[in-house]
Amino acid sequence: MKAQSSVQINKEWDIVGARQMGREKAKELGFGSVDQARIATAISELARNIYLYAQRGRIHVEVINDLNKKGLKIIAQDEGPGIADISKVMEDGYSTSGGLGAGLPGVKRLMDEFDILSDKEKGTTISAIKWVRS
Amino acid sequence: MPETMRRIVIENSDEISKKWLEEVAKKKNEDYTSTISEELYESTNREFVNVIFASINKQQNLKVLTEFSDRLINLGWPLSYITDGLQTFRRVTIDFILNQSEKVDSDYLSRILNVVDDWVEPIIKQLVREYSGSWEHTVSLQRLALQELSAPLIPVMENITIMPLIGTIDTERAKLIMENLLDGVIKNNAEVVLIDITGVPVVDTMVAHHIIQAAEAVRLIGATCILVGIRPEIAQTIVNLGIDLSKFPTKSSLRKGFNTALKLTNRDIVSLSDDKDQDISNLLDSLK
Repeated sequence: MKAQSSVQINKEWDIVGARQMGREKAKELGFGSVDQARIATAISELARNIYLYAQRGRIHVEVINDLNKKGLKIIAQDEGPGIADISKVMEDGYSTSGGLGAGLPGVKRLMDEFDILSDKEKGTTISAIKWVRS
Repeated sequence: MPETMRRIVIENSDEISKKWLEEVAKKKNEDYTSTISEELYESTNREFVNVIFASINKQQNLKVLTEFSDRLINLGWPLSYITDGLQTFRRVTIDFILNQSEKVDSDYLSRILNVVDDWVEPIIKQLVREYSGSWEHTVSLQRLALQELSAPLIPVMENITIMPLIGTIDTERAKLIMENLLDGVIKNNAEVVLIDITGVPVVDTMVAHHIIQAAEAVRLIGATCILVGIRPEIAQTIVNLGIDLSKFPTKSSLRKGFNTALKLTNRDIVSLSDDKDQDISNLLDSLK
């Protein structure tokens, strides 16, 4: 069973909306407060990346409810300029915007699974999954 | 032609209103207005239809329209009530005129549609303008209220100042925090500033970055910044993100941070009541 909802990211305040949606879904799924905070923070990072680098995009939140495991999948999708060097952005401390450079590697550590696809013409899609601990 | 139609409609206003009221009453149960009491709904409907007819009759009747929409806005009725109601009115009126006419061809039909549109259109425009105006007003007021709440600075005692942060921190607010913090430190001659983030729901790299910058700036002007109110889940996400907050002291609660601030300014909290109790027990002991 899969249920998906998504939020459009166009302005800075949309990040708050995306975060709220993720937190609600995480609560419904039965994540603890620490994991809820992790999910909300991961969405915040991904949404902010969209806002900063691609200007517009979408955050999808998908509930994974299989027989043996439950989880939440976040997909951040944009049609921005793409990431020139993926291995570089996954390094701690690398930033092109003067930030801390902890965003993407941080998201990877906050979540259980992490996948990144980037193309100069098609933009970037990042998906990350957090499993409910049973 | 429009005049004859106007006459037909005005003369038969009772019948049209009746039909309209029936149609609108049917709508009540299926949507938004189902929570509104029966009497209020009916009386508002009646008033609404009177407003519509008054507007058709006299063309310009802004005051009545404005009063009506003001009341609806105050009661918090949705805009869709008005647009649906006028849509229904358009349909009912057109039906009615068509039933009254003997000969109907496409030319006649389009003229009827035009005339009725000319009546309904200005009402919709005016009411929508009132509604959106009131929303814009509310939004701008709330933005102002939010800005006032953004970054308050409380000088709790000499040399110690607290900045409680509640809610989401965006770029604009982060700027305000920095400015207020530095202004406040100078103005209150503060040695220690406590930034309390108990009420900040999410600390991501951007928020952390702004806090680090603010703390660094405070250090540059010779004061110490202590970050307090770090909830356990926030502590874990900060560690996961790999953010280095080791450059300035952090504490879990405002109380602990305040104690540290007192120590930094060479002060301590002394309980007076305990001393008194001690004195009394000493007195009692001496009486024995």
